[in-house]
Amino acid sequence: MKHKTFFWFFLPTAMAMFLFIALPLLSVVSQSFHVPHDKVLITVENCDPFGCTSQTQIDHTLTQELYEAEPLGQWAGLGIYFDRGHLAIKEVGEMWRGSSDLGDFFSTLKNLPFYRAMGFTLTFTFVVTPFVILVGFLIALAVNSLHQRLKGLMIFFSLLPMIVTPLIGSLIMFWMIDSRGIIGTGLQVLLDNPDLSLKASTGLTWVTLIIYGIWHSAPFAFIVFYAGLQTVPKETLESAMIDGATRLQQIMHVVIPHLVPLVAFVALMQLMDNFRVFEPIIGFNAEAHATSLSWIIYNDLGGETRLLSSAATTSVLTIIGVSILLAPVLVRTWREFNPKG
Amino acid sequence: MLNKKIAFAITFAALSSSVWAGCGIDGGRVSIVGNEFPAIQAVGSAAAECAGGGVEVTKNLTADHQKINVQGMTGNPAEYTTAIIANSSIVALMVDDVIRPLDDLVAKHGQDIQKHQLVTVDGNIMAVAFMANAQHLVFRADILAEAGLNPPTTYEEMLVAAAIIRDMGLMQNPVGGAYKAGWNIAEEFVNMYIGHGGEFFEPGTAKVSINNQAGVDALHMMKALSHFMNPDYLTHDSNATSAEWKAGNVAIMNMWGSRVGPLKSDEVAAEVASNTDIAGPMTVGGGSIPAATLWWDGWTVAKNISDEDAEATFLAMKHAVRPEMLNDETSLLAVWLIKGYEPTTASRGVVAAAQMGTKPYPMVSYQGLLHSALGAEIIDFMMGKEDAATALADVEAAYTAAAKEKGYL
Repeated sequence: MKHKTFFWFFLPTAMAMFLFIALPLLSVVSQSFHVPHDKVLITVENCDPFGCTSQTQIDHTLTQELYEAEPLGQWAGLGIYFDRGHLAIKEVGEMWRGSSDLGDFFSTLKNLPFYRAMGFTLTFTFVVTPFVILVGFLIALAVNSLHQRLKGLMIFFSLLPMIVTPLIGSLIMFWMIDSRGIIGTGLQVLLDNPDLSLKASTGLTWVTLIIYGIWHSAPFAFIVFYAGLQTVPKETLESAMIDGATRLQQIMHVVIPHLVPLVAFVALMQLMDNFRVFEPIIGFNAEAHATSLSWIIYNDLGGETRLLSSAATTSVLTIIGVSILLAPVLVRTWREFNPKG
Repeated sequence: MLNKKIAFAITFAALSSSVWAGCGIDGGRVSIVGNEFPAIQAVGSAAAECAGGGVEVTKNLTADHQKINVQGMTGNPAEYTTAIIANSSIVALMVDDVIRPLDDLVAKHGQDIQKHQLVTVDGNIMAVAFMANAQHLVFRADILAEAGLNPPTTYEEMLVAAAIIRDMGLMQNPVGGAYKAGWNIAEEFVNMYIGHGGEFFEPGTAKVSINNQAGVDALHMMKALSHFMNPDYLTHDSNATSAEWKAGNVAIMNMWGSRVGPLKSDEVAAEVASNTDIAGPMTVGGGSIPAATLWWDGWTVAKNISDEDAEATFLAMKHAVRPEMLNDETSLLAVWLIKGYEPTTASRGVVAAAQMGTKPYPMVSYQGLLHSALGAEIIDFMMGKEDAATALADVEAAYTAAAKEKGYL
């Protein structure tokens, strides 16, 4: 393609990418480096139906002047990144000096919101992703070996967990695992423990969230692998059969090598999705036991007083986190497509 | 049949236009944003009666009102000409300076508004309150009678009562409470801390000071209560707690006055509904001030709108909360602050709360930051992972980080 043709061909895409990806990113990054101006506080008399009290309020005229001088707010640099709500450099340093060993250090680290969220997010990501790939692959194999007539029906049913909106799906599960719900009561009877509550224990809440995560994402892996299975060369399979390979040997030596590029694709998507885990935490009301970076952003934006700079900083940290997670897979893909580079 | 319909339509149109005339508005735009519980729905519908003849009334009543009201009033002209808010949420509107003082409009049109309805900040009228709300005791008369107990007046008595009810085998988890992690459990801490006589901030500053004996005592009382609650209590908000009550699993709880009505409705088992009774809020730790907070709901007028729209909005909202809007149905919806309101049996708890000198929820701009910090950081204590002092130190640290970011410290 000529350079000029390419330019005009690519221009609309470039414009869209600039407007909808680059600009918002720039805005988030710049917001994370700024904080609102210092509020000028005054003590005033407030009266409401229940009487009068003297309370501290903001002096608007003085605060307004500060804003007109610098509309973006104060330059904070990396101040927000390092405060207690995020990387908490100072607090982590104190904990490092104050803790006797590494285990002690990590247990005190969980006290800081960012590291608490990372603890759950990383556990979730690294447990759910491999299981999604495994379960998705097994479902794909099972459906693929079904009779032609049953396949359509089974594909539909296997996709259902992904079709249900995550928030709704997790809410339904939340009610089912309630100590008065069908699964909750069932487990109490099965384990002969009437006080068992899946929602009251941190460990069991994590297990619930992880199982939900696998249940919800397995169909995605399934449909990708199922499509991949349709392209496995029949001749290779047949010659393997003639050589006397069992079904397991066929899968190990023919099918899996054929599907490896798809595994990389599914892993990439799942790492990215699972790192941003959010809806199940809301649906399961699990914020007491498990938080994620996305949940922190939501929480910062949802309160009576919105913490915009904090939310922007957490967003940038999420982007950095996703990039680090994806780096190995991306580097590999890049090498595959650029053998010389 | 068709004639009847037409006649009805004409009568209705005539009626509504005469109602509109009653609002006394010449023209203008009224746009309401607010919460969506029944009392506010009634206010919104009453304001909508003023529509017609050059007056446009729209309303957006939603539980997410706090997420949209500031943005919706920031533009010029503002999308919403009035926001219905409470004492905690008015501060967000004042921080961003999007509501106007109402002194001139009150002087011109406010003859029917009672003085105590006017919410003033630094001498300026910023809102008109129309209803009050508070948390107070709700109890099952039959269960307490069976256990030979009087309704508790202190949280210490509540603990004793809970132990007796459990020991007698009447209920496994007799205490209810909206202890869901986040806003709800923070609200319970605020109640309990005020009951212990605590102050949240150093006077005149935004510097937090809750890591003290009152804070530790408040947390220990909450933990003691939680032993008598459904083990899932950290996931129970007011809705879930009400559901537990309706299912007959709870005998005593501290609950919002505005939520008692549904507990006695027809859909609830007769045994529960007929035995659900209320009393004033409880005190704690030998204190005289109840461990509860008083709340008001009221309306404001946006700053960035024309004088004509502001006047129309004021008149429409005044019309919405006029004394004539009270009838057998609406009287039960809330504890109205409107002239002519007679307390009903359903309002006994809130009225008692006011008489006992319950403190209002602090109308301070940085209280919301502390509330969020509490909701996130006291959970570790409730789950037994931390002691009370550590949890309170965490709250203070989390609040300080947020307050620094917002420019309060």
